[in-house]
Amino acid sequence: MSDRIISRPPQGTPAVELDPVLRLLVSHGDDNMVIAHRLGEWISNAPELEIDIAIGNIALDHLGVARALYTHAGDVEGRGRTEDDFAMRRTEREFLNLLMVEQPNGDFAHTIVRQFFFDVYQRLLWADLSRSGDETLAGIAAKAAKESAYHHEFSSGWLVRLGDGTEESHRRTQDAVSSLWRFTAELSEPYSAAWRQTVDAFFEEANLTAPADPYQRTGGRDGYHTEHLGLLLAEMQWMDRTYPGLEW
Amino acid sequence: MDGPHLSGAGMVSVATDLRSVVATVVDPEIPVLTIDDLGILRSVEMDGDRAVVTITPTYSGCPAMRQIEDDIASALVRAGVDDFDIRMTHHPAWSTDWISEEGRGKLAAFGIAPPSPEPEILCPRCEADHPRMVARFGATACKALMVCGSCGEPFDYFKRF
Repeated sequence: MSDRIISRPPQGTPAVELDPVLRLLVSHGDDNMVIAHRLGEWISNAPELEIDIAIGNIALDHLGVARALYTHAGDVEGRGRTEDDFAMRRTEREFLNLLMVEQPNGDFAHTIVRQFFFDVYQRLLWADLSRSGDETLAGIAAKAAKESAYHHEFSSGWLVRLGDGTEESHRRTQDAVSSLWRFTAELSEPYSAAWRQTVDAFFEEANLTAPADPYQRTGGRDGYHTEHLGLLLAEMQWMDRTYPGLEW
Repeated sequence: MDGPHLSGAGMVSVATDLRSVVATVVDPEIPVLTIDDLGILRSVEMDGDRAVVTITPTYSGCPAMRQIEDDIASALVRAGVDDFDIRMTHHPAWSTDWISEEGRGKLAAFGIAPPSPEPEILCPRCEADHPRMVARFGATACKALMVCGSCGEPFDYFKRF
């Protein structure tokens, strides 16, 4: 899209070198690991018990996908790295997740908008990867496709309810859309057209507007992150880093 | 399966004996269903002297998988098998279509409506159809919470997947 102003990551530090297959598995493993952690932050804090349980379940699905992809990445790499090595023993620069998924939860509307954007993307992604020649990846994707359909039903349902709800819920949801929009160019790659079509259809129903501001921020897939990922990893990894090899 | 057959790299499927031992393991969250009823027990084979049990997860994040692995190990050891390997496969992806007819009957008797196209979900108490969905995500990832429009009973529904 030529009318976008894209902020590119700083030059200098070389990006993590991984072969393309490993990069694919780790990138999507990281997306799922990081969003699972973010959603987990809602547990016991969601607006209603049913929402709390739903978010917890969605987080669990993402965590399961992350574990399967990391384990498979370790097998493909053949150097004995485990799921824990990928999740707990890599630095911020080695994480290849989308900038979108590391963004803080904000209010409930913010979390719903982030999840909605991600769900629309993941449904396209899993449909694509379920046709992969790598049958383990295809199996993981086929299962994740069904899970993403449930996640999407939840996030799009709330998007419409909030966007087309009270004056306050509309304002908060539109604010979230405006704030997160700058991470959507990176997120929707390489399915931009299909992604945008679905998002527009729900925006119409939810009485929401896509920002005209063309500014876009990228870099997550190359390991250049917003400041939020480092803090998330600090919390997620401290136990394993403090007590290496800890088991329970 | 009728008798041993070759599958993969020299593995021979052990017919009924070992499989029936493993097949008694139940799902810790729905203890009326065995892993065989659920369709997550994919194979029990011998690789030389080693028993190889292959299972597949229902949902990606199903927290019961580790417990199930442990229960399989325990069942094997009790049956006198100490050389075994429990493997997880992701291909092909599990589907609720793999739940056996017997398993569906056990679910309904336990008070959980088995997977069905939505209008055909039946209240496990009074068998009325067209229940109302209260929450798409219920007590576990695989269940939704419904309320019967006829008798008013809330019940779990095993989501179609």
